[in-house]
Amino acid sequence: MRLGIGLMNTGIESTIPAEDAVLLRRIAELRDRAAFAALFDAYAPRVKSFMLRKGASLEQAEDLVQETMIAVWNKAALYAPERGGVSTWIFTIARNLRIDRLRREKASMFTDLDDYDAESGEASQDEAMGRVQEDAAVAKALAQIPAEQRELLILSYVEDLPQSEIAQRLQIPLGTVKSRMRLAYNRMRKLLETVA
Amino acid sequence: MTTINHHLDEATILAFAAGTLPEAHRVVAATHAAYCAHCRGAVRAAEMLGGSLLLDEPSSAVSATCRAATLASLDALPATVEKPVRPAKNEVPAVLCNLLGNTPLAELPWKKKAPGVAICAIPLSDGAKTRLQLLRIGPGRAMPEHGHGGEEITVVLRGSYKDHTGRYATGDVADLDESIEHQPVVDSDVDCICLVATEAPTRFKSFWARLAQPFVGI
Repeated sequence: MRLGIGLMNTGIESTIPAEDAVLLRRIAELRDRAAFAALFDAYAPRVKSFMLRKGASLEQAEDLVQETMIAVWNKAALYAPERGGVSTWIFTIARNLRIDRLRREKASMFTDLDDYDAESGEASQDEAMGRVQEDAAVAKALAQIPAEQRELLILSYVEDLPQSEIAQRLQIPLGTVKSRMRLAYNRMRKLLETVA
Repeated sequence: MTTINHHLDEATILAFAAGTLPEAHRVVAATHAAYCAHCRGAVRAAEMLGGSLLLDEPSSAVSATCRAATLASLDALPATVEKPVRPAKNEVPAVLCNLLGNTPLAELPWKKKAPGVAICAIPLSDGAKTRLQLLRIGPGRAMPEHGHGGEEITVVLRGSYKDHTGRYATGDVADLDESIEHQPVVDSDVDCICLVATEAPTRFKSFWARLAQPFVGI
């Protein structure tokens, strides 16, 4: 049923965002267990790897996988496709749990996308951009940015290293880490705007 | 509707989306995002990178036990999940409101530090290595000088202040390079209330602290 799990190094393939979104909708509306099992099989191994990268034990990593996937089941109705793909949504759930459990800080209560107030009205260009982007386009853009910027993104997103620790690890000044981060961000934005 | 003139640094946006911002800074960034559609959009775009990097993770096989336990635990869960109720409109964004236990700003345990200057510390989780404070400064008064020795982010909740980098009003965030020294002065006719995240507990080089300790430091 899933026609190919995305591997970014191929630069082309991706998970099928629309299909994941359908599975999620089936979970939300029908409490469809088969749909949940399909999402579990696609994402649980990646979430586990993501937890292990932060230094979780095997047992902790599987506990966090379970917790992440149960949150997917529970919150399926809250997923808003216009705010990003299913992989992005699951990333934010896993990220928050990782902060809560492994770093012992509070994250879930104030980093859920849904928790933002919408006090200022009009959708910005960035928000509009978020809506039209498919995961595949992001993956493609990520594959195109320079290796040193990509490395910083992986250290940050996957290994959960604060920018100050990235500076130590790479033995470069914090200011350089920050300016490379800005470059990476702006490069991504430009690439995404051209696909949009 | 508030017009936002000062935004988060793009490096901060990425750190927020990646989840690496320390707790106090995360609260300030989220509070600003509540006011600012531009930065909300930027965070969402940055979170898409996270989604993509997650897909790019090599798989790490999940045990059959974990899979079975997860599927079995669904039985114990309620059939339907109710959407959380959005809190009524408040004087501060929901993220901060929750953290303050829904206490109105006026009723917080403010500590007077100098004429026209009060501070209220906001407790964070045990693991937090950063400090989060509310600052309340009277009209025309200077904010305590805070030489940026570390990572610091400030968001204005009420009133406004001015320094050589510009004017900051409700919703604006000062996410400045640590080398920038500044001396903000409140230019609103009401108290200016700011939420400030700092790195180390001793970061404020406040004028009263320096008055109290004339032979230390400068």
